[in-house]
Amino acid sequence: MSAFSAIGEEREIDRDEFTPGIEPQATWCPGCGDFGVLKALKQAMPEVGRNPDEVALFTGIGCSGKLNSYFNSYGFHTIHGRSLPVARAAKLANPNLEVIAAGGDGDGYGIGGNHLIHTARENHDMTYIVFNNEIFGLTKGQTSPTSPKGHKSKTQPHGSAKSPIRPLSQSLNAGATYIARTAAVNPNQAKEIIAEAIEHNGFAHIDFLTQCPTWNKDAKHYVPYTDVQQSDDYDFDLSDRTEAAEMMRQTEEKLYEGEVLTGRMYVEDARPSYGEEKQAIGEMPEEPLAERYFDEDAEWERTYDNLLEHHK
Amino acid sequence: MTDNELIWRIAGGSGDGIDSTSQNFAKALMRSGLHVFTHRHYPSRIRGGHTYVEVRAKDEPVQSRGDGYNFLLALGDSFARNPQEEAYYGKEELKPLYENFDELREGGVLLYDEGLLDEDDVDEIGLEEAAEENGWHVVPMDLRGIAKEHGREIMRNTAGIGATAAILDIDTEEFEQLIEQNMAGDMQEANLNVLQDAYDAASELDIDHDIEVPENSHDEEQVILSGSNAISYGALDEGCRFISGYPMTPWTDVFTIMSQHLPEFGGISEQVEDEIAAAALALGASHAGVKSMSGSSGGGFALMSEPLGLAEMTETPIVLVEAMRAGPSTGMPTKPEQADLEFVLYTSQGDSARVVFAPANIRECYTQTRAAFRIAYEYQIPAIVIYDQKIQGELRNLPASHFDEEPNADPGSVLTEEEIQDAAHHSSGKFQRFLHEPEDGSNVSPRSIPGQKDGRFLATGNEHNPSGHISEDPDNRIAQMNRRLNKLDDIRADLDENAGHQTYHGPDEADYGILVWGSQQDTAFEAVDRLNENGHSVKALGVSDMMPYPVEEVSEWLESVDEALVVEMNASAQFRGLTQKELGRYGEKLSSLLKYNGNPFEPAEIVDGFETSINGEDLAATNMKYLPAAGD
Repeated sequence: MSAFSAIGEEREIDRDEFTPGIEPQATWCPGCGDFGVLKALKQAMPEVGRNPDEVALFTGIGCSGKLNSYFNSYGFHTIHGRSLPVARAAKLANPNLEVIAAGGDGDGYGIGGNHLIHTARENHDMTYIVFNNEIFGLTKGQTSPTSPKGHKSKTQPHGSAKSPIRPLSQSLNAGATYIARTAAVNPNQAKEIIAEAIEHNGFAHIDFLTQCPTWNKDAKHYVPYTDVQQSDDYDFDLSDRTEAAEMMRQTEEKLYEGEVLTGRMYVEDARPSYGEEKQAIGEMPEEPLAERYFDEDAEWERTYDNLLEHHK
Repeated sequence: MTDNELIWRIAGGSGDGIDSTSQNFAKALMRSGLHVFTHRHYPSRIRGGHTYVEVRAKDEPVQSRGDGYNFLLALGDSFARNPQEEAYYGKEELKPLYENFDELREGGVLLYDEGLLDEDDVDEIGLEEAAEENGWHVVPMDLRGIAKEHGREIMRNTAGIGATAAILDIDTEEFEQLIEQNMAGDMQEANLNVLQDAYDAASELDIDHDIEVPENSHDEEQVILSGSNAISYGALDEGCRFISGYPMTPWTDVFTIMSQHLPEFGGISEQVEDEIAAAALALGASHAGVKSMSGSSGGGFALMSEPLGLAEMTETPIVLVEAMRAGPSTGMPTKPEQADLEFVLYTSQGDSARVVFAPANIRECYTQTRAAFRIAYEYQIPAIVIYDQKIQGELRNLPASHFDEEPNADPGSVLTEEEIQDAAHHSSGKFQRFLHEPEDGSNVSPRSIPGQKDGRFLATGNEHNPSGHISEDPDNRIAQMNRRLNKLDDIRADLDENAGHQTYHGPDEADYGILVWGSQQDTAFEAVDRLNENGHSVKALGVSDMMPYPVEEVSEWLESVDEALVVEMNASAQFRGLTQKELGRYGEKLSSLLKYNGNPFEPAEIVDGFETSINGEDLAATNMKYLPAAGD
């Protein structure tokens, strides 16, 4: 038996394997869009053929952070906004793991905004799902980085003077190689996009629109939306950075004008992932580092053998 | 004052090659059989600004910087500011000369580069009077001229070495060999010529002085290295193969050394966007099964408080290095202080526990970094190695055999897949990662690594039940809190049995004690030797374990003395406070000698401070503070 025999195991994967048993009970509110993410993620797993033991899911804090309580894989519920740096290193330590990170709009675009830029820039081979409901939910309804300008909340009673962040454009500029927006109200598209993102070799950022029936009742997620891939009105080349940028600009404008456009916005297949880049320059071993600690034949050098010569 | 030693100080501007020259000088002396120690002083500037390095050489192991020095090589600051700024800053190029006057001993030698420093300017700073008063032997030499003749002005430092060798009657063979090893082609030839010419020129001057460079030969092979080297090598030998960091002085040193060597050891180094990310990456790598470390200095470590608490709550092993510099805030970036102790002990919210080791010297930097990894990975707890800018940059020789130890790649309390199959699982399918009462009776639960079959668990910063699910159940809370905190008792017992981190110095029985920690330990030990020579009855204890604190050991030692002086480099007596807190008493027995001006103690200052304290007098020196015992 190898050290990580769950990795690459070939068998039929059932989505129910990702459902924990009797505990815990989901504490999301009735009607919460987060259920849609959970469902889409579970449905995507059999499609990508990954079993629960080879998936490492990293979350931040907030309602989205509860995802890995209800998703039965290896989980790491980290700290507010920090799921990406923790996840990145796990992928470098063991590139054979399927690494997925998840956070909310406050978590991922506010406190964790810096990490998103750098993770996208480095193009780590992982999937990042941001539950975007345009509100801070678990802290009870404050304005978030994606709330529309003028949004009123207890902490911004006169209406927010800030324009919302444009996460898709930002990720494109930073260097993400798979960018999509989907929504809990379109489960089929959501499942497909998550499966594609997982299989994509590079950093995949999914802005996942979720509704918050408790704190954001006027949110636009209930209005009809358009899948840009299914509409003749939005014909653009997914792999063309300029066309994708224009599409994202329109998408992000229209989102706040009440028209919701979803779908794949940018896909770049040629760029190597960060791990591959590091391997190419000799800064990362070919074999997963984590395996070495279980390999009885691994040779562990002493500093004495090669470093102390400089000091004699 | 001991005179069977050479303390050579080279002074110039940042960028004048002071560091590399002093390193070669120290290495050459070590190769000739002497014991050496270097002390660095530099400003937070890239080019220019007064910087110096002292190399202290003796025929016996050198523990610390000395009291002052007896040979000055003043190169002058070749990066001095432009003349327009002179009115404000003064003649900066002269600073490496006159700013070093205070500590040059009587009868010392002062060699300066008259090629760079104008004779009239030198007259103005009162060199002649000072030399007469102190019996200095002043040697002006055109080092710049000699260097230029063979190549470039920057070789002034090689000329300085050649002249030093001639004046001190040191064979130049070792210097020549180092030049041959480190350089090639024209550079090598030019430097060899500069060295020889300066040697010849200085030999003709026939300077009559009393400095005798001792002779010695080592009975085993020696190496010379810094505290940062030793921490890095300790980490590598303990199987650390992942480091993540963000540059900050003085932590950058360890980060740089590790980044240079990790790829050749098959490891990974990551420079990331900030220190929160740095610590978070180290956690992620450790979670995925790799022994990993991160670190920073004060301000950067502040950002790590979140991931540090997460490491503790999720019981993810991690080693952090905290290289202290003077604070608060960004403080003095290139000056040492021991003022982050309380910060490192109590960083992060809640009742938190971590292991904190404070190595006292380069030898301990290696052994205690190894111990930090072993403890962190066996007990699934964050471990911090706290040291300061002084140990970070100083060089010291020690036997190469000190590093001749087997590597330890053991990832600690991690199960194999076979063991996971037999372990307890929750009805949700999750592995019982955080058992209240592990089967072996310890407080350490078994651990699995992502990718292992049937080892799934949830690591969370929220309080959680044995399988990792978030729980606010009161009984579970108590069980988990107790188990996590009780690890400290187990670790204390482990350390008492295996480590012997605390260092005793001086006679077994003495009336007075000096209690010290970290980088000031060996300086204090030298002071203790002198105090006993002067007829006092003093012994010293250097404490390295900050958490868990060696309560029994220190109590026993304190019982054996009438009073103890706690010596540390901060203004608020942090270690003394820790000692009183941990021991719950002894406030009436402990007084403090504190220094926080950016420079480490010299042995004579501790001697003075001690004598003042037992005489009940006020401290005359203004660069230190004396804090009496409670009730005094």
